[in-house]
Amino acid sequence: MDDFNPTIIAFVCNWCSYAGADKAGGQKLQYPSNVKLLRVMCSGRVDPQFVMRAFRDGADGVMVLGCHPGDCHYRNGNMKALRRFRLFERMLSQMGIEKGRFKLDWVSAGEAKRFQETATEMTDAVKKLGPLHLRGMVEREVA
Amino acid sequence: MAQKPKVAFYWCASCGGCEETIVDLEEKVLDVAAAVDIIFWPCAMDFKYSDIEAMADGSIAVSFVNGAVRTSEQEHIARLLRKKSGLVVAFGDCAWMGGIPALTNLKSKKEVFNRSYCESPTVVNPEKIVPLENSVYQGVPMLLPKFYETVYKLDDCIDVDYYLPGCPPTVKLVLNAVTAILAGTLPRRKSVLAPDKALCSSCDRNETKPDSMVIKEFKRVHQVVADPKTCFLAQGIVCMGPATRDGCDYPCVKGNMPCTGCFGPVDGADQGARMIAALGGIIDAEEEKGIDRVLSGIPDPAGTFYRYGLAASLLGSKRKEKAQ
Repeated sequence: MDDFNPTIIAFVCNWCSYAGADKAGGQKLQYPSNVKLLRVMCSGRVDPQFVMRAFRDGADGVMVLGCHPGDCHYRNGNMKALRRFRLFERMLSQMGIEKGRFKLDWVSAGEAKRFQETATEMTDAVKKLGPLHLRGMVEREVA
Repeated sequence: MAQKPKVAFYWCASCGGCEETIVDLEEKVLDVAAAVDIIFWPCAMDFKYSDIEAMADGSIAVSFVNGAVRTSEQEHIARLLRKKSGLVVAFGDCAWMGGIPALTNLKSKKEVFNRSYCESPTVVNPEKIVPLENSVYQGVPMLLPKFYETVYKLDDCIDVDYYLPGCPPTVKLVLNAVTAILAGTLPRRKSVLAPDKALCSSCDRNETKPDSMVIKEFKRVHQVVADPKTCFLAQGIVCMGPATRDGCDYPCVKGNMPCTGCFGPVDGADQGARMIAALGGIIDAEEEKGIDRVLSGIPDPAGTFYRYGLAASLLGSKRKEKAQ
């Protein structure tokens, strides 16, 4: 689908991933404009409900980006995010939402390139999957 | 004598447990029956749909509708009762959030039919006959209500004034609601008629919750003998208390069984998301493998966290195709 322009919401933590995205901007590294950034203080602050709401309100893909393990500004917020979203991802697939539509990843403040790559990969993956249709029921099971 | 207010009960996709609550009112049902005039109750009394159709709009004071909406007949009667009633109360979880029937939304209609009518071990159906909306039997056309692709909660189909939580709602809540209706002391419209706080806040095991709770392994109730005094989560047993509304007086916990979440979420919360957030905070593992090992103790997250409310989940309700 060439003409499909997905909406991708990225929750980025203030201390690492937002700074990484900012650096990508500073270095004029291009990444798809489909990715809309939402700055939060910590990836551990991202309630699964935020992600579900994003999907419900029209996002085709959602990313949560935080500091690398061990680097969390609040010591272990990113690990809380990891535990939550491991469980959340299993539930998403039960509800018929494909794996590629959600991603939890780590981008540090210096990793402008990594931010660019992550945003691009995610956009490509969601483009392949096509628009998200939440129909209130599972039409077919996904891996 | 002034006319008594007219009350209707109806069941959509439900098990009859909600009607059981009415029976559980015991002798208090006589007070209710003395105060109101029950004009429609298919489960218990003989009334015809045409009797309701003949009534003036708005002439029923309250309709208590239990059950989720899966067929065109259920939707038709729900709409009819809405038109004829001053108040419509979603009675119980199925009407409020889809309830147990909404778990079938995890499967397609085709899979549901296949399982129910073909694959189930108790079924012998080599010709794979499934119900059809229109069929002809010995030259006579037969009609069945349409079976929708998905299970709807009642307010996906009609405007609902109040919600009574529970599977089924407790006698106390029903009496409170009926009393409030008769006395005209209902809270604001669209309220859930139960306290708006989490079950843990009134659970008497709350005291035993350690300051820093960690779970190394999830256990299911059939795998362990639960301590009758200690917080279930502290024992590694999934208890929906943190993500579930208070108001049931925790009969399950008193019976040494963890909460399964039948009182639904508090206002504005998504029950599954809240439970995932709560559990994520207390799992004791650092890397993905270890986390997955702990999580393997929850084989069915959607079914566990939305046992009574899949049709009300953020991913299960909005943006879906309209009924009909």
